[in-house]
Amino acid sequence: MDFAQERDVLVIGGGNAALCAAITAREAGASVLVLESAPVVFRGGNSRHTRNLRCMHDSPTDVLTEAYPEEEYWQDLLKVTGGLTDERLARRVIRDTDSCRRWMADRGVRFQHALGGTLHVSRTNAFFLGGGKALVNAYYRTAARLGVDIAYEAEVVGVKIEGGRFVSAIVRHGGAQHEVRARTVVAASGGFESNFEWLREAWGEAADNFICRGTPYNRGVVLKALLAAGAAPVSDATQGHCVAIDARSPRYDGGIVTRVDCVSLGIVVNREARRFYDEGEDFWPKRYAIWGRLVAAQPGQIGYSIIDAKSMGKFMPPVYPPVKANSLRELAAALSLEAGTLERTVAEFNAAVRPGTFDHTVLDDCATEGLAPPKTHWARAIDTPPFYGYPLRPGLTFTYLGVKVDERARMQLADGTVCDNVFAAGEIMAGNVLGKGYIAGIGMSIGTTFGRIAGEEAARRVRA
Amino acid sequence: MSAPSATRLEALVAEAQRVLTICNACRYCEGFCAVFPALERRLEFTEADTHYLANLCHNCGACLYACQYAPPHEFQLNFPRALAQVRRETYRKYAWPRALGAAYERNGVVTALVTSASLIAAFVFFGLYAGDGRLTSAWSDAQGSFYAVLPHGVMAGIFTAVAAFVLVAFVMSFTQFWPDLGEDAADFVRAPAFGAASSDALELRYLDGGGDGCTYPTEVASFARRNFHHLTFYGFVLCFGATTVATIYHYVFGWKAPYPFYSLPVILGTLGGIGLLAGPAGLLWLASRRDPQLVDPAQRGMDSGFLFLLLATSASGLALLFLRETRAMGGLLTVHLGFVLALFVLLPYGKFMHALYRFAALVRFHIERKRPLPSLGSE
Repeated sequence: MDFAQERDVLVIGGGNAALCAAITAREAGASVLVLESAPVVFRGGNSRHTRNLRCMHDSPTDVLTEAYPEEEYWQDLLKVTGGLTDERLARRVIRDTDSCRRWMADRGVRFQHALGGTLHVSRTNAFFLGGGKALVNAYYRTAARLGVDIAYEAEVVGVKIEGGRFVSAIVRHGGAQHEVRARTVVAASGGFESNFEWLREAWGEAADNFICRGTPYNRGVVLKALLAAGAAPVSDATQGHCVAIDARSPRYDGGIVTRVDCVSLGIVVNREARRFYDEGEDFWPKRYAIWGRLVAAQPGQIGYSIIDAKSMGKFMPPVYPPVKANSLRELAAALSLEAGTLERTVAEFNAAVRPGTFDHTVLDDCATEGLAPPKTHWARAIDTPPFYGYPLRPGLTFTYLGVKVDERARMQLADGTVCDNVFAAGEIMAGNVLGKGYIAGIGMSIGTTFGRIAGEEAARRVRA
Repeated sequence: MSAPSATRLEALVAEAQRVLTICNACRYCEGFCAVFPALERRLEFTEADTHYLANLCHNCGACLYACQYAPPHEFQLNFPRALAQVRRETYRKYAWPRALGAAYERNGVVTALVTSASLIAAFVFFGLYAGDGRLTSAWSDAQGSFYAVLPHGVMAGIFTAVAAFVLVAFVMSFTQFWPDLGEDAADFVRAPAFGAASSDALELRYLDGGGDGCTYPTEVASFARRNFHHLTFYGFVLCFGATTVATIYHYVFGWKAPYPFYSLPVILGTLGGIGLLAGPAGLLWLASRRDPQLVDPAQRGMDSGFLFLLLATSASGLALLFLRETRAMGGLLTVHLGFVLALFVLLPYGKFMHALYRFAALVRFHIERKRPLPSLGSE
């Protein structure tokens, strides 16, 4: 790899946004070098773990059912972010998701036909055939065919920005350090979810009990360098996509299979064997997205989802087997919980359950009465052995702290000026659109849209 | 089954169960083929389930390249290889008679030995029968050259006996395998599922990697493997057709082989022979270039042994066709029939059995599809 040659566009990162930028810039005639910090086998950042793209569409397509109009998409986003979003950028993303599928397909991405499927989201989300790694593989093949240079295990350790302009990146590769110069740069190197030191700064000691469900290669080095160089920040370091996952998951890279989907079917207790939140508040994906933070706020950052025999087999099968016991006392012992307290918690819960018609597919009328916190739907007594428990930890997939960008993906500085040869795409700027909360498939929508914008704008900047 | 192979089956089933559990929690690959929708119907996996799913898998490789948990990820998930390893145990476990399941232990060696034995037997037998230099004489077609070397009755008798045995072996293997899957014998032949499975098999529907072709031999999808398999299969069918037509000619019309070049048996046999040359040669070539991650080294001998045997059968058959009026005819006929005999004898104890179990698995898949899915709430 020739690092001495100055490129038109330097793309830092190797996931979906980076590749969309690289391909777009190359197709516009620019010379492009992609720096992926991971080895080939782990390339693709968190895109490896993704599965779908949230898409607006006004009528059914081959891969999407019914319609999902712009306004509904926007309202969904507004709801989960509580207004922590930039409407102009968000609407740009939303509109782009209608047209980008064709662009993706032309570059090798294949979509799965709308099936009944496992998740009831084929109205709002287009699924990649084989998931995100298949998408990433297709983009790498396309990029290579177009003549994009790609360096693996090329870690950017510093970014030189002088007078508001990018000059070069310092790259560690093959045991040597190189200064790579380029006329423009696209920062698409993700967040910092695998950097536990940084997470500790944001979360305190609690971070030690987090699990990084995403790639181990997102250490936020470039993000930190850009912020240090004066980039305007968006969102904050405690915001991210954080779900409750099985506590036995690997420290990094556990991905989708680590989820535990029975929270709403039973109760969740903390290490004091007490409930702490309404398990029946809402459906996936809203519930899915809030439980990571809820568990993070509990002592020791651990929770236990407890169900009985009635619920076993009624949810997506988790990858780890449940802890199983014939009595609550036994279950408490196996989970290292205080048995008397657990029995009391369950007894109080059971006593508060009001009769209703259980239906897990709607917000049903099975609720507790006079219990704090309540369980407002799907409340059924936990009384049928065997009992099962799944230990839960906060599982961080990606972080939202990022650099502020404008509609042309140009990085904004804290002093209000624009860096006109620095562009950002993907997770590193996702916080512009998604300041908090989560809706499935939005990360890939942001990455694809802003990846393409960044590539196009970088190529245009080179020609100017 | 011997103790070590029982332990190995257990270990392979345990590994398949581990892998299937991860896949069932992920489900990203569900659009690729029939295996994933089938596994999603289950919450846990019995040994019978692993045999079923392993034989439903066509080993296209798409899921390995798409897998976020593939090695070197710490989950070390190699779905196609785990299932391939179970498949060999299926072949071994359900072989009839059971003791001959040991043929799958070193199947390449077994194939080579049986083929050699068959060739030697053919030469000894032909030598004894033909005698007097008949084997090395030139004959004209008009002299009924083949049967001048070996009388028709003897030839037909031997192959009828072998074919009957092979047929019994197929039926016995199937009748042990099918009930283990938990399905009724009567359901196997019920029209909709049987028809759908037949069309899947005839068009090799699942050698398509979900649409663009198998990722075989490399990560770049292509239909090469399906096309070579089609050549092999339909070549085989045409050759079988040639034999059937020739049998009708012989018994119904009293027309004796060899038949003229433009006759139906010869046309069918020639086309089939070409398919059986190009198909196995192509499959061997692809296999030699295959990504080693997707190969179970223990099955190389079985796979290539079967393909070599097909190749040898078609090559010797075509040579016989073109040289049948020369002095080489006797020798070539002996060699050809030696290969054909070995091919037939080895059908129930080699790679060919994948067809039987895969077809059964496809029928089962279509039966299951009609059943309601377990409800998994709305998570």
